[in-house]
Amino acid sequence: MTTAPSTAASAPVVTVRDLHKSFGSNAVLRGIDLEVVPGEVVCVIGPSGSGKSTLLRCVNQLESATSGTVTVLGAEITDPDINIDVVRQHVGMVFQQFNLFTHQTVLENCTVAQRKVLKRSKKKATEVALENLARVGLADRGDSHPTQLSGGQQQRVAIARALSMNPSLMLFDEPTSALDPELVGDVLTVMRDLAEQGMTMIVVTHEMAFAREVADRVVFMDGGVVVESGPPEQVIGAPREARTRAFLDRVLNPTHSGTEPGAGPETTGTV
Amino acid sequence: MTTPDAAPSTVAPVTAVEARTRMSPRKRAKISRGIQYGLLVVAVVILAVAIDWGRVGDQIFNVEAAKDLAPKIPQAFLNTLTYTAAAFAVGLSLGIVLALMKLSSVGVYRWLATAYIEFFRGIPALLVVIAFAYAVPIALGVSIPSLTLKAALALGMVSAAYIAETLRAGIEAVPPGQIEAARSLGMSHSRTLVTVVIPQAFRIVLPPMTNEIILLTKDTSLIYLMGLLPTQFDLTKIGRDALSSGSGGGLTGLFVAGLGYLCITIPLGLLARWLEKRTGKGSRS
Repeated sequence: MTTAPSTAASAPVVTVRDLHKSFGSNAVLRGIDLEVVPGEVVCVIGPSGSGKSTLLRCVNQLESATSGTVTVLGAEITDPDINIDVVRQHVGMVFQQFNLFTHQTVLENCTVAQRKVLKRSKKKATEVALENLARVGLADRGDSHPTQLSGGQQQRVAIARALSMNPSLMLFDEPTSALDPELVGDVLTVMRDLAEQGMTMIVVTHEMAFAREVADRVVFMDGGVVVESGPPEQVIGAPREARTRAFLDRVLNPTHSGTEPGAGPETTGTV
Repeated sequence: MTTPDAAPSTVAPVTAVEARTRMSPRKRAKISRGIQYGLLVVAVVILAVAIDWGRVGDQIFNVEAAKDLAPKIPQAFLNTLTYTAAAFAVGLSLGIVLALMKLSSVGVYRWLATAYIEFFRGIPALLVVIAFAYAVPIALGVSIPSLTLKAALALGMVSAAYIAETLRAGIEAVPPGQIEAARSLGMSHSRTLVTVVIPQAFRIVLPPMTNEIILLTKDTSLIYLMGLLPTQFDLTKIGRDALSSGSGGGLTGLFVAGLGYLCITIPLGLLARWLEKRTGKGSRS
């Protein structure tokens, strides 16, 4: 057992030291150092296969580190004697594929862990769940089943489900990558509001506009290492490293041609 | 050589001609349907002519004999239901334990479960029923007093082997993302199993599990081998007795027994389909 993780004022929420992770002979993370302080929003960007998602999954031990240490909310989760379940209660995770419990309604999705893990009463859990569903704009969909919702709505429910545990840290693993373009905006709006309310967040994303606007810090990863890290206006606006520039060039100008696709009616509202 | 402009006009007519000369798939499907209906009519006619309807009415569908049997049916029906329910309770409980053993990280448990499943799946239920009637009293020096319990244990132990495999496959079919979501909310391994994995596996295993119950229903016909009191007779026993009593009506008793089973298995199938539809509302994403 661990004591409840301490959240002392300025102690970092997450500290990653020399983290290595290999799947068989495939080294995905090759020495990552990262520190996230309370209230900070860190966006992790980089090409696919760069290890961003693996890094995020190591922060709540969905993947176990091959070597190095990960400390979350004061608990060194790479220590095998740490009860990871206790740490995870305080760390919300949002997945690319939403992963809502398909056998439960939206409301049940948001109350089940509160009741079974935090042992909250049904009344209290429902209260908290409805509060968080309202926060993501879905207070009226409590009785729906996940499959009756659009992808964007499902992802917002997933965020409400994580928030219902009153986490101290939120992890987002490419939360908009599986969404139709017109649904991305709603999810990003919810995430931006959350950031403004002071939530500590690590966001793995391909949404450069979001990273530029919301992140306190952008981390660019490639080949299992952090290539460049700093405020968004530096990393995205004026990258120092050639690899960062090459990546951003590919992402921001995917066609590499002078022709503009023409301003369609599609507006991906990051507002 | 043709110019690019001419190409479409030279290709199209050739395709059109060929498309007309070869039989169209729709026409072929129509002919195939016609043949199938024809075969059906021929089969019905042959049966109608070949069957001796008089004897069938006397020996198989004898209404008088069925009426004589009627008072015994409700009790037999109820007994069959009781044996099935009790055996399924044993089979499901043991099946869950075996499935969890098969998924255990401890090798010995996996090995034991595999051995159990291979053994009981490989021997006829008939042998197990006889073993319970005679071998267990000899081995343990005690005989199980309740027939229902004895039947439930014998048939339940056999069906547990099948149920365990069905459950294991169902549990393994739950998407890993569901488990990751539960774990990342702080649920322990076992809490995840109970709250997320098993309810979802239930939906996956519903159709094969319905098959298990139906098979079990029919296997209750084997317990006459344990020796039954008249109040313990099941549907098959009633039918067999009617056949051997020579009271007329011939095979009518067996026919009535068969109908009795259908009265159990068909609603079961309907119930399963209804459950499937109901729980399928949030089908897998």
